[in-house]
Amino acid sequence: MKAFTYQRAATPAEAAAAAARTPNARFIAGGTNLLDLMKLEIETPTHLIDVNGLALDKIEPTREGGLRIGALVRNTDLAADARVRRDYGVLSRALLAGASVQLRNKATTAGNLLQRTRCPYFYDTNMPCNKRVPGAGCSAIGGHTRGHAIVGQSEACIATHPSDMAVAMQLLDAGVETVRPDGSARTIPIADFYRLPGNTPHIENTLMPGELITAVTLPRPLGGKHYYRKVRDRASYAFALISVAAVVQPDGSGRVAVGGVAHRPWRVPAAEAQLPRGGKATTGALLAGARTTEDNAFKILLVERTLDSILAQARAS
Amino acid sequence: MDDSTNINTTRRGVLIGGALGATAAALPLTGAQAATQPPPASTPAPVTHKVTLRVNGQPRELNIDTRTTLLDVLRENLHLTGTKKGCDQGQCGACTVLLDGRRINSCLSLAIMHDGAEITTIEGMGTPDKLHPMQAAFVKHDGYQCGYCTPGQICSAVAVIDEIRQGIPSHVTGDLNVKPLLSVDEIRERMSGNICRCGAYSNIIDAIKEVGGVKA
Repeated sequence: MKAFTYQRAATPAEAAAAAARTPNARFIAGGTNLLDLMKLEIETPTHLIDVNGLALDKIEPTREGGLRIGALVRNTDLAADARVRRDYGVLSRALLAGASVQLRNKATTAGNLLQRTRCPYFYDTNMPCNKRVPGAGCSAIGGHTRGHAIVGQSEACIATHPSDMAVAMQLLDAGVETVRPDGSARTIPIADFYRLPGNTPHIENTLMPGELITAVTLPRPLGGKHYYRKVRDRASYAFALISVAAVVQPDGSGRVAVGGVAHRPWRVPAAEAQLPRGGKATTGALLAGARTTEDNAFKILLVERTLDSILAQARAS
Repeated sequence: MDDSTNINTTRRGVLIGGALGATAAALPLTGAQAATQPPPASTPAPVTHKVTLRVNGQPRELNIDTRTTLLDVLRENLHLTGTKKGCDQGQCGACTVLLDGRRINSCLSLAIMHDGAEITTIEGMGTPDKLHPMQAAFVKHDGYQCGYCTPGQICSAVAVIDEIRQGIPSHVTGDLNVKPLLSVDEIRERMSGNICRCGAYSNIIDAIKEVGGVKA
């Protein structure tokens, strides 16, 4: 790990200003992803801004009837919150499907949104990777691609986003509240938060340099039945091959978002009109234009069948 | 066929180049050669920072390199070597300790981020003369073979029982709005962050079941 200086921030605005002012600075909260990457020298910040002292660890109701989740709310606490369990079950389920309890006890809401891909070529510093070293080339293309993207990928990057929580956030139309280095605040709709790789896969979201996430907001509860089904190589503590988040209403309408298929959580609102027609029709619209390899072509059928299984369960209960 | 030849040639070329590079780097620099060499890249000096931890009830003041993980502080600075370093990347759970009563991977945490925190390691759970009930149950049920993962397993197991009593749900909890019950399925899911390479899992489950009062 490279040496770095360290400060504890007192306010969100001070943290954002310090991050914009200091070259090569990073915020640190849970640290469960950043420290791993720093040990491997994939991330080499020279200054860390510890945001754990900021009072951003509350879950509060909003005037609109939703919830505001502080950026520092730990994954364990968010999944266990009685309101989240009752009204946003898909979010609880997504969180509980990710990582281990040890990691969820540290990992934060904002940090979860910002975690980096687990593409093995991104992690292997002996291999070229455009996400790690822009312009170096992509080792995953033509390599082992079983876990890689099938939609939205580019000639520069075929990595997937690893978060389960973010898939549920996408489904729920969450908002990402931030403070910018000049002290001004804004809310980024989650639909506009993540970027596709294009030819700049190292830029993964629409935050500006130094911009700090302060909270994630959830709109009013959707009602309906909530599902998060994750398919992986082990029954627990593994990243998704694919995952399906869905909210299904009594009339068969609903929403669906998919993880493990793209550089960002994948949701196509137009495809949701197909939900009453079943998994095949919905998946066809959701993953239209998919480009697969021999290694990962199974993901399309896996999404379709996982969705069918959810829809069957929704009808039966 | 052409392709494989090219690959072999390339690999051989890389190896030769690599070996020459290493030899050149090892040679002492003299005269004109030294003058043409760029100065060595400067490595930033280590930065130290003060932190006070409460470890197993004892206050411990430290002035440490900012990079030091909580795991390395426990083992190298405080000589509490019960906590083990397995993968050092949050995958194996051997480094599990309790931070303010909640279990974490101490390898993925900087010590300086925990000023004023209470840390409980395996040394704080019990002593050889007065074992924690979970330690005694691991001994009784032979919940280990080599023992390397055991301190982490025991810290995790103690936390599992506490988490279920607090009503924290898990991936296998059937109804999110009902308090989870201590069952074998719940124990298995909640212990998935602790890997045992010897495969003592069934005996580990037996030990936790006994302490948690799970029948059958």
